[in-house]
Amino acid sequence: MSDLRELYQEIIIDHNRQPRNFYEMEDATQKIDGFNPLCGDRITIYLKVENGIVEKASFKGTGCAISIASASMMTDSLLGKTIQQVEAVFEKFHQLITAAKKPETTDELGKLNVLGGVRNYPSRIKCATLAWHAMHAALNQESDTVTTE
Amino acid sequence: MTVDTQSEHITTMAFDVKSIKQDFPALAQTVHNKPLIYFDNAATSQKPQAVIDSLVHYYQHDNANIHRGVHTLSERATKAYEDARKTVQQFVNAKHDSEIVFLRGTTEAINLVAQSYGRANIGQDDEIIISEMEHHANIVPWQMLCEQTGATLKIIPINDKGELLLEEYQALFSNKTKLVAVVHISNALGTINPIKQMIDIAHQHDVPILIDGAQATPHMAIDVQALGCDFYTLSGHKMYGPTGIGALYAKKEILEKMPPYQGGGEMIKMVTFEKTTYNEIPFRYEAGTMHIAGAIGLATAIDYIQSIGIENIAHYEQGLSAYAQQLADDFDGLRVIGTAADKTGILSFLLDNIHAHDVGTILDHEGIAIRTGHHCAMPVMQHFNIPATARASFCMYNTKAEIKQLFSALDKVREVFAK
Repeated sequence: MSDLRELYQEIIIDHNRQPRNFYEMEDATQKIDGFNPLCGDRITIYLKVENGIVEKASFKGTGCAISIASASMMTDSLLGKTIQQVEAVFEKFHQLITAAKKPETTDELGKLNVLGGVRNYPSRIKCATLAWHAMHAALNQESDTVTTE
Repeated sequence: MTVDTQSEHITTMAFDVKSIKQDFPALAQTVHNKPLIYFDNAATSQKPQAVIDSLVHYYQHDNANIHRGVHTLSERATKAYEDARKTVQQFVNAKHDSEIVFLRGTTEAINLVAQSYGRANIGQDDEIIISEMEHHANIVPWQMLCEQTGATLKIIPINDKGELLLEEYQALFSNKTKLVAVVHISNALGTINPIKQMIDIAHQHDVPILIDGAQATPHMAIDVQALGCDFYTLSGHKMYGPTGIGALYAKKEILEKMPPYQGGGEMIKMVTFEKTTYNEIPFRYEAGTMHIAGAIGLATAIDYIQSIGIENIAHYEQGLSAYAQQLADDFDGLRVIGTAADKTGILSFLLDNIHAHDVGTILDHEGIAIRTGHHCAMPVMQHFNIPATARASFCMYNTKAEIKQLFSALDKVREVFAK
């Protein structure tokens, strides 16, 4: 089960069990629903952006351990970042999960690096990216619902 | 000796799971260094060597386009294809071989009935009865028909065991009801529906009825004449045959009156730019070059099933199903979705609050293939207010030892999440 441990790292299990920033935000400036039709997972992302800075980020929804942990860690990582910084993290994270060659661990991603194990599980990549795509669409004022398809 | 022990004796004599397993080359492999345990049979079954060989043989020796060819290979291919139709006819006990239409599978068969029979016979304000436990393949084609014609869908509800409510079914009929389409065995719940009774009820109201048999044909004997249904559908790949081939059974008198489904070669008698005369049944519904190899492979799969005996298979699989249910009952934190009194070897379940996809990934690491998700039956998931289930589905090459390993692996799933 060794490579399985790489996927289900302790920090992922912990974020799944006790998701951070797991609430509906009433004063959100951006809100978007993310939907993975493959597994029926639904995650709503809330952002409060003021003067180009993410003041608050939260989420609600149901999903597998990977998608919940990813959303939880993402919302944690966005706090206090400028839109440009968020875009940069989004790109780095996307590379971490999907790039053909495993990128070097970067400080920029911090503990998000633990989600890198997902890259070995093609059928689970969308679980990890659901919240991120939703967040990205929310920032770019795209439609109300994004899907992983 | 009582009758029961006698039949038990006969069954064990005829049923040798070890040798059956050896007939399926894909089962003899390891996944993540563990021997593969394949429990995704409701999605698609593995194929016996005989079926694989029949495809190879066809392409190596008999490959030719069928019908109207005067050369030897074409005559051979035509005979093999039409013999395959007779094999399917006998398997479901249809009265005529012309009542069997080869198609891609159950999905295409239902679409054919919706677009051909449906558009000719169902109109504005008419009603079609389906059930809450249908696969999307038996929902969406009817929704499309409703959009085209202005007809509406009426839904037979299910109870919390996953059984259809027959009284509610009765009550749905009106003089607007034009068709019933219902699944024989639910792929998400394993429920075996009382289709004989449901067919009789439909006919008491003079309403034709389609049975989606995709999950039933690998596991039980089907006799369309005894059932009396108007349409019955099957998919080859779920019954040890190739993908991309299946069949529609329809009563001759209905099939003869239906307009064609697709236009093209093979389905015509005579074409001029002024008028086309359509071919006879079943060829009228088989436009273009069909999946000839697939039909032959399907017939080989049926021969394989018959060589073991469908009754023997059913009996053996019921034993597996009962064993799995027993282990599930004793497994703390496991909730079975679909607990109908009459059930086949489908175990749909939730484990603690662990998501089905996580269960699936961890089981895969133990070499166990199951399906996770909504199983193309989102209304069923809605009924139980869950996003997804993990589903282990058994067939004749599975064993009790494998089922036991499934439950040991579920212990490991819990270990991972107990960190």
